[in-house]
Amino acid sequence: MGEKILMKGNEVIGEAALRAGCKHYFGYPITPQTEIAHYMAKRMPMVGGTFVQAESEVAAINMVYGAASAGVRALTSSSSPGISLKQEGISYASCAELPAVIVNIVRCGPGLGGILPAQCDYFQAVKGGGHGDYKMVVLAPCSVQELYELTVEAFNIADKYRILVMIMGDGILGQMMEPVEFKDKEEIISVQKNWAASGTKMNRENNVITSIYIDPEKMEKHNLKLQEKYSRIASSEVKVETYNCENADIIVSAFGSVARIVKNVISMAEKEGIKVGLIRPITLWPFPESEFLKYADVPKAFLTVEMNAGQMFEDVKMAVNGRKKVYFHGRMGGMIPTQQDILDKIKEILKV
Amino acid sequence: MIKQDIVIAGFGGQGILSAGKVLANAGMLEDKYVSWLPSYGPEMRGGTANCHVVISEEPVASPIINDATTLIVMNGPSLEKFEDMVVEGGLIIIDSSLVETEVKRKDVEVFRIPASKMADDMGNVTYANIILLGKLIAKTGIISKDSFEESLKKVLPAKKHYMIPEEVEALKMGMSL
Amino acid sequence: MPTVFKRPHALKEVSMHYCPGCTHGIIHRLIAEVIDELDIEGKTIGISSVGCTYNNYEYFNCDMVQAAHGRAPAVGTGVKRANPDNVVFTYQGDGDLAAIGTAEIVHAAARGEKITTVFVNNAIYGMTSGQMAPTTLINQVTTTTPYGRSVEKHGFPIRVCELLSSLEGAVYIERVSVNDIKNIKNAKQAIKKAFQVQLANKGFSLVEVLSTCPTNWGLNPNEAIKWLENNMIPHYPLGNFKGKDLEV
Repeated sequence: MGEKILMKGNEVIGEAALRAGCKHYFGYPITPQTEIAHYMAKRMPMVGGTFVQAESEVAAINMVYGAASAGVRALTSSSSPGISLKQEGISYASCAELPAVIVNIVRCGPGLGGILPAQCDYFQAVKGGGHGDYKMVVLAPCSVQELYELTVEAFNIADKYRILVMIMGDGILGQMMEPVEFKDKEEIISVQKNWAASGTKMNRENNVITSIYIDPEKMEKHNLKLQEKYSRIASSEVKVETYNCENADIIVSAFGSVARIVKNVISMAEKEGIKVGLIRPITLWPFPESEFLKYADVPKAFLTVEMNAGQMFEDVKMAVNGRKKVYFHGRMGGMIPTQQDILDKIKEILKV
Repeated sequence: MIKQDIVIAGFGGQGILSAGKVLANAGMLEDKYVSWLPSYGPEMRGGTANCHVVISEEPVASPIINDATTLIVMNGPSLEKFEDMVVEGGLIIIDSSLVETEVKRKDVEVFRIPASKMADDMGNVTYANIILLGKLIAKTGIISKDSFEESLKKVLPAKKHYMIPEEVEALKMGMSL
Repeated sequence: MPTVFKRPHALKEVSMHYCPGCTHGIIHRLIAEVIDELDIEGKTIGISSVGCTYNNYEYFNCDMVQAAHGRAPAVGTGVKRANPDNVVFTYQGDGDLAAIGTAEIVHAAARGEKITTVFVNNAIYGMTSGQMAPTTLINQVTTTTPYGRSVEKHGFPIRVCELLSSLEGAVYIERVSVNDIKNIKNAKQAIKKAFQVQLANKGFSLVEVLSTCPTNWGLNPNEAIKWLENNMIPHYPLGNFKGKDLEV
């Protein structure tokens, strides 16, 4: 490990991508993630890479589609309304099994939405915001260090499975500065992209990147292949942080920056004799269901805290599967749940 | 456990965000856990700017400060907006050249320093934020003067390094008050 | 016996799915002949778009990427930027390029992306069964202009070559037709030049090919050719708009 550097989350994403060997970035300006584009615009020429400011989010994701088709590591980043525009490309790339990384620094919605932090794109990310039966791996870092590590890993997962990986953060993570320690060398998996459209050089059959098989039997077969891949990922790529859950009176579930607030609540509650556990899904898809099952019998209840109207809440309820009651506390519109409000909610649930 | 939750607030252009960066960086150089979170809302445009800096001996849970141990303010509206978030017994450090409003709270320690006037007398009004940081450092010991100086080297671009000796002077001035 | 006519190597030995009298097949062949003549099959990537030619990746022997509706120039940009030594062409129809993909084509041209677009204009949506295209002529009857395209209600047809010619990044622009042997020969020369412009790294090149759609025009193949000559060519004049004398 090298020395610690104080860096902004958004810039760390850019640096991490470069370290992961990504030399192709395509984006369109939107707050609060634009520093990623600024960073790439500055750094790409230094490493012989490509930075294109596209005419739209739609174009940017399709440039990623092209670059990924050609076999290189490619990145695009945006924020909620821009990610909505990218859904077409996300669906196509998922079906065409193209590996690429998409960053969503979520802002509050629906609609244009303010630029303040929110987590209201959870459903869009994990349930498929685009059309068709597809999945993306969705990573939810909660610190600048994790933004770095997970961005590098996102490219590895993408290449390993030929899948899109989304890094989902919010304005807090994107805008905040925290110390980050870069490794001397990144672990980059090497895969033979013999499927890529990079020219036959007249020594192989031509490669075709497509998302359509007009014959329904072939299309179904392709869908089954995708589903089989998703099952493999679900059984081997789950990431979760469990904290203080043994003997917990209540287990709170939160992801991203909200999980950090919950950690403060844990210490506050401890002073009042209440034991609060935390399950922090790091992969939002695949969702760490088994972790919830594992602890389902421990607490009196579960509580999910999110900056939305209750989205991951549904997945937690499904994972807990009726064994315990699951409560929800959320804020929207760019409002951030306070420690006191969360603690009050916990006390209300536990009737203490 | 030493932990400071510092809110610095004022107008855009007063070096609010960079004061926070220098502070956080200095904390990091001392192997403390730190975070810096700017206000990045529309209020940044010509309006108020503020940042939250956490410096702690334990990992920083949330970078968002609800209860500040120290509030540094460089304009009147920020004092009104944020004075209630200071914890009982906390610090409020005010640039009295710019803020006439009195602090309503009776349960906090208040320092009124004519930082902008002092900085202007030094020949550069932009050192006002550093003078105020000097008071914070002297009062809390959250970082050392040496780390501050070291941090300036990291945060300031090379072409501004010539300012460092004067900035250190400004810091000392703030510390001696 | 000497071979005087053969299938270009760049074209696969399969039969195409196009309707009788449709000229897509001719245009495919011209592209394939150019790829053969320039000896670039091994480094050429074609971008299929959405419309009747969505699956023309089944007909070419070079690597192919199928793109979403209108996005071929953006996909082509990504492919080319990833491997600048590749030759990239997009194959797009009038709905794809001049309606849903207007932003992508304009900006790829403005950026001067070193890609080549073959733009097939038959003044109608083919695959979705004969709706008005951005290039549908005034008074032309389509399934969404059953009383004829009216200026009042539907506005004017877009002349793509003229529109893109104002962009500095677009260095070679020519409109051709495949209605007769002479024009087919000219069309091939234009497509070849467009690829050469790309090979010489000059900038963005586009060839608009006036084409027929007998099925959706409601005409037989011969009538369709006549209709193209009598109606389309007067509105969409053939010729070079830009880059005629470009050294390649």
